[in-house]
Amino acid sequence: MSSKVLLNSKEIEIILHRLACQLIENHNDFSNTVLIGLQPRGAYLAKRIKDILTNEYHIKDLKLGLLDITFYRDDFRRRDSPIDASSTKIDFLIEDKNVVLIDDVLFSGRSIRSGLSAINDFGRPKLVELLVLIDRRFSRHLPIQPNYRGRQVDAINQEKVKVCWKETHKKDVVYLEHNS
Amino acid sequence: MKQLSVDHLLGIKYLNKNDIDLIFETADHFKEVINRPIKKVPSLRDITIANLFFENSTRTKLSFELAEKRLSADIINFSASQSSVKKGETLIDTVNNILSMKVDIVVMRHPNVGAGVFLSKHVNAKIINAGDGTHEHPTQALLDSYSIREKLGSVKGKKIVIVGDILHSRVALSNIFALQLQGAEVKVCGPTTLIPKYITSLGVTVETNLKKALDWCDVANVLRVQHERMDVKYFPSTREYTQLFGINQQVLDSLDKNIVIMHPGPINRGVEITSDVADSNNSIILNQVENGVAVRMAVIYLLAQQIKR
Repeated sequence: MSSKVLLNSKEIEIILHRLACQLIENHNDFSNTVLIGLQPRGAYLAKRIKDILTNEYHIKDLKLGLLDITFYRDDFRRRDSPIDASSTKIDFLIEDKNVVLIDDVLFSGRSIRSGLSAINDFGRPKLVELLVLIDRRFSRHLPIQPNYRGRQVDAINQEKVKVCWKETHKKDVVYLEHNS
Repeated sequence: MKQLSVDHLLGIKYLNKNDIDLIFETADHFKEVINRPIKKVPSLRDITIANLFFENSTRTKLSFELAEKRLSADIINFSASQSSVKKGETLIDTVNNILSMKVDIVVMRHPNVGAGVFLSKHVNAKIINAGDGTHEHPTQALLDSYSIREKLGSVKGKKIVIVGDILHSRVALSNIFALQLQGAEVKVCGPTTLIPKYITSLGVTVETNLKKALDWCDVANVLRVQHERMDVKYFPSTREYTQLFGINQQVLDSLDKNIVIMHPGPINRGVEITSDVADSNNSIILNQVENGVAVRMAVIYLLAQQIKR
């Protein structure tokens, strides 16, 4: 298996700041907006974005929730091995809120479809937007596109995008791995 | 990736510690689900479950039914009193007829010991034992341990006394297996006539003095006397039973510590436990009922996961 670095930590840092600024352009002071990270991997990105918005752009009382979609997936009983569930932590109402769903990689769009179903169980949002770090083009199974994307990648099917965060892998880096 | 080591939930004695941990971890997630504004997930929408109750049940049946509905499964209910069983149909015929309607999981309560094991060998569906005679009631034991874990942080190293009619209790046997698997110490307490002769071979100790048993324990799981299973008299009178083995506030006040009180229901208030104790802050009886739904959702979800499409 070969792998090449798609984004290094510096590039990731710049992208996260750009994404944060784009969110501010559309959501101003975030008074009616909440961030929802999809568990498990979108949670790291969501926390980073929240930290940047809070610490560097002084957005106050920004709400962040973590959403687990395991019980909403459309591949239950179709996979070879079961998926471990993560916890959902949303301690606020989503009714009539602007929701920004956050995930690390957008591939088939099925996780986001599950996330959209799951989010409805916490109320009817006014608006839902999607923010991803990596958007893999030409691999979609569903008509889902991100509103905010860090980097667009044209990867072929044998290739896999692996996002590492310093919280789990000591440094921020995104690899493109090729199974040959 | 984690999955259960068993194909059916027939009894706690077939499970290992990892299975129990997995069920509890999954139940934690479902407990969060059932406290949401919309208490339902779509996981099992292509699964059909038959609830076969050949013996009366209120709580267990409702709890299973709610758990199944919360997972979006389709369900059919059957109780023996309104069925062809009364006309002489055998268990396998009854169940196979139901399975012809494409049922994936069978939840069964039956008055005969081993009914679930028998069924699992003869029909092609996942079986969940909801109580077989005086043998096992695994989901009750799981929700009891889950409730202890929730209240005290863990089950390991805790001292649990099971008080009452041990002889006729499937809850007692399943609880003994489950608690020991998790590293708890178990004692049983009741009239000698209601304690099985070889119970100590399971590694539990026996105490016939209620006060001593309560002094020893962290948790008392109180069982009712199962008059419906008794064909002879096991003790002189209910009044005498209450005087010797009934838990009341005076007994609890005489202890130099607070203990947790549990009861699987149905409660005979004023017999094995007084109302003030059952409704006190030490009692986690209603938590047990709430946790029952989450634990049963976990068991059903984990077994359904094994059903290949």
